[in-house]
Amino acid sequence: MSKQYETVIGLEVHVELATKTKIFCGCSTAFGGAPNTHTCPVCTGMPGSLPVLNKQVVEYALAVGLATNCGINQYCKFDRKNYFYPDNPQNYQISQLYLPICHDGWVEIETAGGKKKIGIHEIHMEEDAGKLIHDEWEDCSLVDYNRSGVPLIEIVSEPDMRSADEVIAYLEKLRLIIQYLGASDCKLQEGSMRADVNLSVREVGAPEFGTRTEMKNLNSFKAIAHAIEGERERQIEILEDGGKVVQETRRWDDNKESSRAMRSKEDAQDYRYFPDPDLTPVIISDEWLERVRNAQPELRTEKLARYQEEFCIPQYDAEILTASKHMADVFEETVKLSGKPKEVSNWLMTEAMRLLKEQEKDAEQMKFSPAHLAKLIELVDKNVVNRTVARNVFEAVFNEDVDPEVYVEEHGLKVINDEGALKKTIEELLEKNPQSVADFKAGKEKAMGFIVGQTMRAMKGKADPAVVNALVRELMSR
Amino acid sequence: MSILDLTAVELGKKIKAGEVTAVDATKAVLEQIKALEPSLNCYVTVDEEGALKQAEEVQKKIEDGTLTGPLAGVPVAIKDNMCTKDLLTTCSSRILGNFVPTYSAEAVLNLQKAGAIILGKTNMDEFAMGSTTETSAYGETKNPWNTEHVPGGSSGGSCAAVSANECFFALGSDTGGSIRQPSSFCGVTGIKPTYGTVSRYGLIAYGSSLDQIGPVAKDVTDCATILEVIASHDPKDSTSVKREDCDFTSALVDDVKGMRIGIPKDYLGEGLDPEVKEAILNSAKVLEAKGAIVEEFDLSLVEYAIPAYYVIASAEASSNLSRFDGVKYGYRTKEYEGLHNMYKKTRSEGFGAEVKRRIMLGSFVLSSGYYDAYYLKALRTKALIKQAFDKAFEKYDVILGPAAPTTAPKLGESLSDPLQMYLGDIYTISVNLAGLPGMTVPCGKDSKGLPIGLQLIGDCFKEKNIIRAGYAFECSRGGYEAPELAEREER
Repeated sequence: MSKQYETVIGLEVHVELATKTKIFCGCSTAFGGAPNTHTCPVCTGMPGSLPVLNKQVVEYALAVGLATNCGINQYCKFDRKNYFYPDNPQNYQISQLYLPICHDGWVEIETAGGKKKIGIHEIHMEEDAGKLIHDEWEDCSLVDYNRSGVPLIEIVSEPDMRSADEVIAYLEKLRLIIQYLGASDCKLQEGSMRADVNLSVREVGAPEFGTRTEMKNLNSFKAIAHAIEGERERQIEILEDGGKVVQETRRWDDNKESSRAMRSKEDAQDYRYFPDPDLTPVIISDEWLERVRNAQPELRTEKLARYQEEFCIPQYDAEILTASKHMADVFEETVKLSGKPKEVSNWLMTEAMRLLKEQEKDAEQMKFSPAHLAKLIELVDKNVVNRTVARNVFEAVFNEDVDPEVYVEEHGLKVINDEGALKKTIEELLEKNPQSVADFKAGKEKAMGFIVGQTMRAMKGKADPAVVNALVRELMSR
Repeated sequence: MSILDLTAVELGKKIKAGEVTAVDATKAVLEQIKALEPSLNCYVTVDEEGALKQAEEVQKKIEDGTLTGPLAGVPVAIKDNMCTKDLLTTCSSRILGNFVPTYSAEAVLNLQKAGAIILGKTNMDEFAMGSTTETSAYGETKNPWNTEHVPGGSSGGSCAAVSANECFFALGSDTGGSIRQPSSFCGVTGIKPTYGTVSRYGLIAYGSSLDQIGPVAKDVTDCATILEVIASHDPKDSTSVKREDCDFTSALVDDVKGMRIGIPKDYLGEGLDPEVKEAILNSAKVLEAKGAIVEEFDLSLVEYAIPAYYVIASAEASSNLSRFDGVKYGYRTKEYEGLHNMYKKTRSEGFGAEVKRRIMLGSFVLSSGYYDAYYLKALRTKALIKQAFDKAFEKYDVILGPAAPTTAPKLGESLSDPLQMYLGDIYTISVNLAGLPGMTVPCGKDSKGLPIGLQLIGDCFKEKNIIRAGYAFECSRGGYEAPELAEREER
């Protein structure tokens, strides 16, 4: 390759909002119901039905817009996007084109290359479509409208990203913001967050953008990274061969790890957008906007600073604790109950992270209650269990959310502080190991460690190591 | 005097007084339907069994005192573009030839709550697109005054049914004059209320920003009474308005002293049949003689209303009607290869010519590159027309004029020249564009014996002004005149 190329990337990110009901009717948004059970005349496009906007959708869109430094169109409208497809029961999608709710925002990302602002062109509200299921046996297609009318926001970035790293950092940033706001769970695999990648290449220093393609069906960060690399290579190859990149939509195939053209700009549909006459304009009063602004929860950046300030947690630890909204919630809740931020942080940073890694789980999947972790910390603090035992108890809490107090009781894991029993065990051991006693007396400290270890084993780990240490030293020194 | 000659309110009173029963009234009207339908074709669907069953239930509730309203026990006909649960609803289109809704339109529910008895569904221009009821896939409706003439449209079935005593009142819908023009042609009274007064939930949309349901009946008293029943704030319709002043019957007062009435000169110019013009001006004189202050004025912009209307209504229709695709309900072509072929064949076979024309027109004006030039410009024109009316209503309480330039044309005359047919909407269309209430009241007949309708237009939410003017006029004009139904004796 003789020339130097730069990749220019913009993203369209669809996020399913966490409302209980759909955007234009009262049907449930719950995932996984039997086909067409979460439906009504509105979300199945029956003749004569009319949409009524769910206010919560506006509030979530506003919350995301405010958190991404967007301007708010306090007078915004819904438009119809007209196209025929069976998953779209009205054959138009209610979306926003002319006056989207949020515009001109940005988020800051950090990669190995440093910090950078990524512009957000706009955020608009729209409805999701149903799902087509092809029946291979009957050679027909069936439609499930349960997802039809589930609220989405589409976050359209500026073409500000230059690498897959920046794209992933941007998506991570959006995901954290939205999760912290409670506006969505943002799961790529389950489709509650979907990203379309617009990509072009140009020679470094060229004043104009190259022709871009749009890539769809990217279900993981890995797929996104691979798709970006692949598409960059493909476009550069075309240019190097003296060809021209065709503006088109391409579909990523996860199994083949490659993309293929879906449709070119020439057959792009004319969506005949126009304002939906069934919906009145959304007027967002100053008061409403203020109310949403005041109700904004603490976002990650603020939390990160506060953890270091308030709890004296090192930056690295604070970053891990806040990398998931759920982890941060568990941390704060447990701190509130136990009053021991360092201790809570240690448990989460070491034991919880270790188990998550072993079990290949996300922090979002942690199920145990902060009250149980707080209780375990108390048990350790009061010396009811020792640290080694506590680690095993934590695993039980982590896996099955057991009450540590009950668990310790049932499994007989309490520290044995009965000096008589301890003394008896140690004396027996000393009798069996006269050489150790002799070595110790000859100044070999190591020999004491051996007896301590044997004692702990004999007590099944339940003895208080400090007590055992003291007692062994005393008896060996006689 | 036959029970059929009673107005809806008169019948309601007699039922309440125990002089007749809801069942008597329903049976009488069903007989009339049987006798006249072969020659008039007002209905797409008559629900004889259902109507009698409802009548029996309603009669019980009247007797035990649960139903006390003025329309309890009164049989009504519903235009076939309003959903009726478990009752075929076709929009007079082949594409909905088998469509049985799972729910009822809000306006229909309001009537049922009041104890009205649904007789069936009336014929109309397909998807309410037309001015003659000839574009119906189920045959044209004929004008009861002269069966060689059209009843007007698109609510032609509803208006003809009222005129021919095939119901005691009816619901129609009005997007560009579809209640007022056929009311004029059939010699009945009809109101198109202020946009947002009657819920559109369950009304199969034509032009969503213009559609409004309204009553068709024998006189102003009936219309005010019915409107009071069907008007409601409906949270299921985002464009529904919460109104506190829906006591329309309180405006049934024979007093127009000091009422300021304006006649747009623009409504009396070229194209207006001289006999219609004379009847309208005579009606104005009647009101003037009762103390109203009548003068002519320039409304302006009238010539822009028709193009603006056809752009806006067709644009909305092209999108509204895209859901009829053979996938979920309604007609699907018999043989097809693949999805797109199924769409094409279903819609080609399912829609009639006028509907296709408007879908194409609407798709064109919304397409990229034309949106600004056509659709946006039409929206701006709509806003200017509203401003012109706002200005007029600073001076006048009521605007008076004809409902249509002529009386009912002969069958077959209109469809051959759609542009001429569109021009016939000139006096009604701007009322929809401005969202205003308008009413047609019969005010005479031409030399052929066909009815002429007087149109009264009010400012937004001022139905009471036009109801008062209409009622006062009616008091001087004399009671409702029904056509002589020659066919009835012939058989």
